[in-house]
Amino acid sequence: MTSNDSENKGYKSYLEEDGGRKGIFKWILSTDHKRIALLYLYSMMVWFTVGVVLGLLMKLELIAPGQTIMGPQSYNATFTVHGVIMIFLIVIPGLPAVFGNFMLPIQIGAKDVAFPRLNLLSWYIYVLGSILVILSLFGNGPPDTGWTFYAPYSFKTGTNMLPAALGAFVLGFSSILTGLNFIVTIHRMRAPGMTWFKMPLFTWTLYGTGWIQLLATPIIGITLLMVAGDRILGIGFFDPAKGGDPLLYQHLFWIYSHPAVYIMILPAMGVISEIIPTFSKKTIFGYKAIVLSTLAIAFVGYFVWGHHMFTSGMSGTALYTFSILTFLVAIPSAIKVFNWISTMHQGSISTDIPFLWAASFIFVFLIGGLTGLVVGALATDVHLHDTAFVVAHFHFIVFGGVGFAFFGAIHYWFPKIFGRMYDKSWAKTGWIIFFVGFVTLYGPMFYLGMIGMPRRYFDYLDEFHGPNIVSTLGALVMIAGLLIILTNLIKAARHGEKTTEMNPWGGTNLEWQIPTPPPLENFDEIPVIEKATYKYD
Amino acid sequence: MYTADPQYASNFVAGVDLAFMVILGISIFFLIALTIVMLVFIYKYRRDRHPEAIQNEGNNKLEVIWTAIPLVLVLVMFYFGWMGWKPMTNPPEEAMHVKAIARMWNFSFQYENGKITDTLYVPINEPVILDLVALDVLHSLYIPAFRVKEDMVPGQEKVMWFIPGTEGEFDLFCTEYCGLEHSYMFTGVKVMPRDEFDAWITDTTAAAPVVDTETSLADQGWEVLRRNGCNACHSVDGTKLIGPSYLGGWGTMRSVVTGREEREVVVDAEYVRRSIYEPNADVVEGFNKGLMLSYKDMCSEEEIVLIIEYLKALNE
Repeated sequence: MTSNDSENKGYKSYLEEDGGRKGIFKWILSTDHKRIALLYLYSMMVWFTVGVVLGLLMKLELIAPGQTIMGPQSYNATFTVHGVIMIFLIVIPGLPAVFGNFMLPIQIGAKDVAFPRLNLLSWYIYVLGSILVILSLFGNGPPDTGWTFYAPYSFKTGTNMLPAALGAFVLGFSSILTGLNFIVTIHRMRAPGMTWFKMPLFTWTLYGTGWIQLLATPIIGITLLMVAGDRILGIGFFDPAKGGDPLLYQHLFWIYSHPAVYIMILPAMGVISEIIPTFSKKTIFGYKAIVLSTLAIAFVGYFVWGHHMFTSGMSGTALYTFSILTFLVAIPSAIKVFNWISTMHQGSISTDIPFLWAASFIFVFLIGGLTGLVVGALATDVHLHDTAFVVAHFHFIVFGGVGFAFFGAIHYWFPKIFGRMYDKSWAKTGWIIFFVGFVTLYGPMFYLGMIGMPRRYFDYLDEFHGPNIVSTLGALVMIAGLLIILTNLIKAARHGEKTTEMNPWGGTNLEWQIPTPPPLENFDEIPVIEKATYKYD
Repeated sequence: MYTADPQYASNFVAGVDLAFMVILGISIFFLIALTIVMLVFIYKYRRDRHPEAIQNEGNNKLEVIWTAIPLVLVLVMFYFGWMGWKPMTNPPEEAMHVKAIARMWNFSFQYENGKITDTLYVPINEPVILDLVALDVLHSLYIPAFRVKEDMVPGQEKVMWFIPGTEGEFDLFCTEYCGLEHSYMFTGVKVMPRDEFDAWITDTTAAAPVVDTETSLADQGWEVLRRNGCNACHSVDGTKLIGPSYLGGWGTMRSVVTGREEREVVVDAEYVRRSIYEPNADVVEGFNKGLMLSYKDMCSEEEIVLIIEYLKALNE
């Protein structure tokens, strides 16, 4: 493995190694972590397309006051299904299931994850969960509760709320098993010499994420079972008419769903921590600070769920405790941003497409994070809670943060994964259109929230019209960019120029020291690690 | 940051807007500063200008500085957020109470003398305590101009309070998603001088049914349906909404579920009355139980007679 080229006779990459199976069975029966990663990637692309179309329909409906393209029942179902698909099928599993599965074993010098069959089972559970979510669209009509399933509305509505909730319940197991698999893999399968503080930062964030998946996900499982108990058996955990407490539901829901935000964003931060040193040709600034801040976010993130409930009627003590903890969790995120920008200082920066995604990630993540401070403070949150401001804030974090990192990651690892290269100039065109559209789409929603437009509104008063027009136009621009990006990538995966170059970007992790595309078990011999990664001297 | 009248719309505006200024000020400064620094680095250290990177593994002093400064700043933000919010939790002992009742999908306000309205009327410069009552699901009462919002939870006794400081009309929204007509669940707050308010509150004619007796009985029935928000769930043209349509109902047979048993009933006066006062006693097949609450206190026996006239007229 001395040359930067893996072209030699008799070499078989994981894409050619079919285990003697044919057609689709090459994929759905393979326990190779790389093939499983691609199974996730393809299934998510299908759901993502559905989610984007639903999002676009909402924005079209909101272009003018009154009914534009659909009635209120369809609109309510649209934002519910958009939320359920995007959150539970894409953003939560997204980076760990696709890039975590593909890169984690390689980055620590292992031949596969600790439990390859469990890994494949996780994908089947994911598919089962997504089918349940899709089934909810038929029959009594799609669920109209919002992705939060707030009680008591969630067990009063006549729509198909239960299959959607059951889908989320099943998807939880996929998430737990993936987290468990990653934790065990990182503890037990690191190559000789790969000490904890030599691990790549992406792997570190997957480690933090794994613990959140393992410890927080069961709570949503129990909560959704309780909702099912309320709906089917009429137990009344959350039904005030039967002495239940709707606030209990909110607590249980957010005890999971807030840490879930960190399941989403930590691996995204990991991706950025990989891309920036590679394209700056410079070692990462403050490696240990970034690792510690990852662990701090994973830990403190468990204790901030109450900030979703500042107007719900919790005690005053609970309110300011949650507020101050929320502010504290902002610090480790700030530390990461400072370290990323310092990594660029005196680097030798190539503005290739993955770097552009990473730099624009920092910008949108700053906006998402800083507006998080606005809704983290008590006085301002009372005004902004449940308004368009909150929708803008979390789209900047979840779509801006995780989405930009995802696109960064796919452009970064694409040649390694597929052994082909995409058209770089189209990739850049798509990126700039997408970026402009994104900011135009979600930016005006901050203003709408400030002037008091509530969220989940099918219709609105005339005073909110102007910014809504801008926002819808932004959505159209963003989707044009998205089409360019996806077309470019799909075309490249099928017919792109072949490459066997091991290290096209000059990265330092193990994935750049094995053939492109990688062989079935990644390494002929388990490597012995002598020096830390991110070393350019 | 409501732009209509930022200083005086209520007693909380100053505190909340100060918190906005401090937090947004610091945030915007950091957004601009960090973005500029990043762009400068990308420009200055582009590979064609700066082909050799200068390696630097980190600097503990810098890490401490950029942990400590943000820590202090977020504590400052927390403090202003807390100060702006604290007075909201301390309603005064002496204040006018108004019962704010939310149901799918309208608000109504009941005053101490029993008067009920669909718009909130309050006197200027006097504290008002709203006793929040949600009848069915979660709602949230939000008056952007006053910077106040509180969730309304069924089965929980909660209050919110404010002192209005500007005369005029302001928006009042439901901000907790509550089903089909959530986005139409809004009304207004009317702030008026004390003497005007006194004249208004003692004028009981406004509390009587606002039905014009000149029109036909059926039209009056329609007016009763409209005023009670019935049409949100029941259509006039046969469309299936949350509840059965009015169209073609009167006088026909209907399959209903009573308790656990299915039976056939005639849609007659007694049936209509029971459907309004005990909506969950007979549930029409294909619809869900528990969505409609009794209108016992909202709709009188006389008004039901008018509704029946309207239903009859629909058949013609």
